[in-house]
Amino acid sequence: MLEEKKNIMDEIAEANKSVVTGIDEKDIQHWIQISIMGRKYRVPAGLTIMQAMEFAGYRFIRSCGCRAGFCGACTTVYRIEGDYRLKTALACQTRADDGMYLVQIPFTPAQRANYDINQLTPGIETLLKIYPEILKCLGCNTCTKACPQDIDVMEYIACGKRGDIEKMAEISFDCIQCGLCSIRCPAELAQYNYAQLARRLFGKYILRIPEHLKKRLEEIKAGKFEAELKKLMSMPVEELRKIYASRDIEQE
Amino acid sequence: MAELKFIDGYPEYMRKLIDVVNKTRPQRKDYTPKPMTMAEREEVLKLCHPDYAPGGKRQILFGPNAGDLAPNEVVDLLEANPLVDEDKFIITNPDYSVDILIIGGGLAGTTAALWANNSGVPAEKILLVNKLRHGDSNSMMAEGGTQAADRENDSPVIHYLDTIGGGHFANKPDVVEALVNDAPFIFEWLCSLGVMFDRDEEGNFVEKSFGGGSRKRMHACRDYTGLEELRVLRDEFRCRQIPYLEFYPVIEFLTDGNRVTGAILYNLETGEYKIVQAKAIILATGGFGRLHIRGFPTTNHYGATADGIVLAYRVGAKLRDTDTVQYHPTGAAYPQQIIGLLLTEKLRGMGAQPLNIDGEAFVYPLEPRDVEAASFIRECYIRGKGIVTPTGMRGVWLDTPLIDVKNGPGAIEKSFPGMFRMFKRFGIDMRRDPVLVFPTLHYQNGGVETDPWGRTNVEGLWVAGEVSGGVHGKNRLMGNSTLDCLVFGRRAGISTAEYLKSNPPFGKLTLEHLKRYKKMLSDAGIKTTKKAPILFPDYRGKAVLARRIDIFD
Repeated sequence: MLEEKKNIMDEIAEANKSVVTGIDEKDIQHWIQISIMGRKYRVPAGLTIMQAMEFAGYRFIRSCGCRAGFCGACTTVYRIEGDYRLKTALACQTRADDGMYLVQIPFTPAQRANYDINQLTPGIETLLKIYPEILKCLGCNTCTKACPQDIDVMEYIACGKRGDIEKMAEISFDCIQCGLCSIRCPAELAQYNYAQLARRLFGKYILRIPEHLKKRLEEIKAGKFEAELKKLMSMPVEELRKIYASRDIEQE
Repeated sequence: MAELKFIDGYPEYMRKLIDVVNKTRPQRKDYTPKPMTMAEREEVLKLCHPDYAPGGKRQILFGPNAGDLAPNEVVDLLEANPLVDEDKFIITNPDYSVDILIIGGGLAGTTAALWANNSGVPAEKILLVNKLRHGDSNSMMAEGGTQAADRENDSPVIHYLDTIGGGHFANKPDVVEALVNDAPFIFEWLCSLGVMFDRDEEGNFVEKSFGGGSRKRMHACRDYTGLEELRVLRDEFRCRQIPYLEFYPVIEFLTDGNRVTGAILYNLETGEYKIVQAKAIILATGGFGRLHIRGFPTTNHYGATADGIVLAYRVGAKLRDTDTVQYHPTGAAYPQQIIGLLLTEKLRGMGAQPLNIDGEAFVYPLEPRDVEAASFIRECYIRGKGIVTPTGMRGVWLDTPLIDVKNGPGAIEKSFPGMFRMFKRFGIDMRRDPVLVFPTLHYQNGGVETDPWGRTNVEGLWVAGEVSGGVHGKNRLMGNSTLDCLVFGRRAGISTAEYLKSNPPFGKLTLEHLKRYKKMLSDAGIKTTKKAPILFPDYRGKAVLARRIDIFD
């Protein structure tokens, strides 16, 4: 029995090998050729751009963060051989394809403002005061095309220009602040920083603190749960187990 | 091997298996398997959870935790040599002299900085250092939500009970008390800074079920909860102009022999070191997913390499609950490019069912994470009812289309834009097709022991967030990790500010603690060539490494 359990963990480790310790050359079925900053490398098919660069021998310091599409560290600009157009992607969320010419952007030097969120109003006056350059948007839609999250960046900038903070917050919500919109913008805007301000204004001034939360805060301050909590904290485990096992579970 | 034929992201043979899932969906729509009894939970854990399976762990042989078990990968690092040699290293005059040094800029570290500042420590007396960028952390990747008992039928008492039950009653009671009591106040604070939690028409929080919970208590920001919380706090941090450094990991503490008095920073790009002198240090470096314990893939970010527990153990900090590791039940198992990445528990909270190859719902979808994960492994490796991928991984289905069936069309796109987007990038439509999942290494349950204010047994050292241990016992519940970072980041910030009021002097900057540490290693008969902290995993291709020469050293 014990032997069998050990085997399960070994089997699992074996099945995970390709993503944990790297692929063995002998197991590679298909190869592709990519170019990293102008130099060509042969890498296995089916990896992300990030994994392909690592296979080629790169060890990341910059341009690698969460490796799951949430942090915006691995912004990548690429072109496919035979096509003149420049494309943008997250290296951890895009499959490396044959003929890719790749370069990564380690840092976005976009400007952001400092403000005291408590001193602002949630309207167009705030946006225009803090980021007056938002009016310079040319409406070319390059930002939207560059966004690896498929956010309609130009649309939320348009919302900002007419003071629709709520819509700007909603549309920009999935922004991972990678900065590609700003890097590509011919009007030199820092869209993602304006969106951050809009979301904070919306979250603070329009959403507000719900009543049920306020009520609970009062109850805690009044010590409503103190005695019961202390009782649980000093209860023997066997008794706790019983209470836990018989607690009622809220259904859908 | 013949080329596989793909249809909408899945190879043909998997497509046929999806037909089975589609066929059983109408019967499963209103059916949920019963939760396990405590005895059934224990049985499946013993049979199939990686923590309980033989091997994989050994004893820590020295120091405050001598005799405790920990994963081999962790013990290897505790036994490793420091990156600097105390006999040769030159401790220069400090490059930075600050009241509070905060190490790690995830939710815990950023929160600590803001609350130290709120408590009277001037911004310029704080320094936040980051191994990667400020914000690069597991916090940023938290999808599902944050817990707080703020509804009428809920209470901190029930939150307490859920938390310790999920943690196998091994949790440290005083820190759990702090966690559940502070939670509603944390939400008040986050709302006041402008965090956009999901709301219903009346403006109340939308709250969902989660594994091991007995109330709907999960507050989310779509499926970007950690991202939203952290980018707001980081923005606030920037607005207050608190100093920070990026790509500057701490590679060793400095002490006066006992008290922690400073740290050695390492510029990852130039190789130069800097000396920081600090009156108080808050360690918030996160966990260890990138150690790939037991060969599992991980949900964790690139820098999750256990640096914090390694550094803390060298200065004599006591750890706890080092023997358990959290494997999240639903890591992506297909396609190859995203193996191990997190598919939030909120998917099950909103009705997605785990299914075996026959399209059967084989487990209650919201068991605590360890139990749910073990049941998936049992289905795949004992009962032989897993689905095998083209690269030989086994997994079970997570029937995501049920979310729209149960919550109405559009629910997936609205509640899970991140998940939906990720699968779409690889050609899979999770509204129409199920996704394949298998447990993935997710969380460091244990860590440095603290009191309810984040204080450790080492003078001058506080910890907060995943690097700490105690609050989650042997298994953390969903929504308690971001909460842990926020509650104990805040408490560490307040507590260090309080400590500074007694006007403690700067301490001597030495590496005396390394002499003590090395003696313990040699007394325990440990010989190793390993060095730690490792800072990053190494995924470079084997063929390249085999031919690599280092000409500059």
